Amino acid sequence: MGLSENILLGDVLSAARLIRFLEDEVDGAAEEMDILYQHTGHAHVIGITGAPGVGKSTLLGCLIGQFRQKNMKVGVVAVDPSSPFSGGAILGDRVRMQTYGVDADVFIRSLASRGWKGGLSRATVSTVHVMDAMGKDIILVEAVGSGQADIDIANVSDTTVLVMSPGAGDDVQMMKAGILEAADIFVINKADVAGAEQLRQALQAMLSLSGNSARTEYARTVLMTEANYDKGIGDVAETLIKRWNYIKTNGEIEKRRREQARLELTWAVEDYLRKHMDTMDQGQLTNMIDKLAQRKTNPRSVVREIIVQIS
Amino acid sequence: MKPQRKFRVLIAKPGLDGHDRGAKVIARSYRDAGFEVVYLGLHQTPEQIVNAAIQEDVDLIGISCHSGAHMYLFPEIIKLLREKGGGDITVIGGGIIPREDIAELKKTGVKEIFLPGTPMDKIINWTRENVKPVDRIDR
Repeated sequence: MGLSENILLGDVLSAARLIRFLEDEVDGAAEEMDILYQHTGHAHVIGITGAPGVGKSTLLGCLIGQFRQKNMKVGVVAVDPSSPFSGGAILGDRVRMQTYGVDADVFIRSLASRGWKGGLSRATVSTVHVMDAMGKDIILVEAVGSGQADIDIANVSDTTVLVMSPGAGDDVQMMKAGILEAADIFVINKADVAGAEQLRQALQAMLSLSGNSARTEYARTVLMTEANYDKGIGDVAETLIKRWNYIKTNGEIEKRRREQARLELTWAVEDYLRKHMDTMDQGQLTNMIDKLAQRKTNPRSVVREIIVQIS
Repeated sequence: MKPQRKFRVLIAKPGLDGHDRGAKVIARSYRDAGFEVVYLGLHQTPEQIVNAAIQEDVDLIGISCHSGAHMYLFPEIIKLLREKGGGDITVIGGGIIPREDIAELKKTGVKEIFLPGTPMDKIINWTRENVKPVDRIDR
């Protein structure tokens, strides 16, 4: 039986191996994904983002518990940064989730960003698809501890949770563009630390000024948690489930699926062309590059030349 | 110009043992040598370590033990790996291990034991020589 058949039956060994090969772009992996793709799109994909150290992994660990109590099958994709110097990485998010390390209905996978910008890695979306095809109900995606403008996570998730903690800025920070506009649910973690209430007020004031963009519908809720003590997590899980039921019925999920498909197509086109450059006649490629360097042609003309070749 | 295969390793501390300095130093060294390191930290059961290794599809598990329970914990991890389909994952160990236990541990399937004072280069080079990123798509 092929890898994809095993994955559709929920086999962890096969899923783990396919994810590995998708990451490394090993021959045959993309073809398995082609088969699985039609079986995806069912799970609620929840993106979790926020600055390093605010408690994303700890909160995520608690959320697994909440969803497991409701007997939902959970997948976790946790992305940590690769070193731009050595290419190595410490994938340490899993430390906070090991309570569920032996639960057969929880599949946790750590990914290194491998130079991909925006808080995810090239294989993150494929990894989500593999877990979706395995039959997971909820897939939690933890982005690299991120800055203000890392919003890829919001573009690949059905719901985006921004985790914040006190002491990270005043109401001017709240006015800034970027992830604050893209999040659906805001969690102030470490709510027992001084400044949590001020942060909540500043955040709520900002949200009250938000227009009627699609992202403001229903949720844009601010919740307070102390993930270290498993406090307030029930409310977060409840809000996520309510929001999912809401966006499934009001047409927003179809809209998001189309946006996601568009983004995925853009990435696939880039990927396809990049891979073609790696595998095409390298002598011819060098020739093209030489001509470019000598300014005898321009990049867009060369792209057209390459595309004509492919077709 | 195919993308390079990445090594993936998992570093964990099994059992009731709080001495994680060694494990952290090893994890950092692997990172700096270009490996992707899943760091599991303290107080892991053999089941947790084996499940994580399979879900993460690592090539190598490095376990560190300072509690004296290595003669139980290391073989138990090897046994569970084989039962759950991860028998192809290389297991190495370190920590406070009496020299006379090493031959016995190797008999159970532990590939190598690195004692305190081993230079990091030696461990990294050993890994590069003895472990390769998995290349079979089926398992």
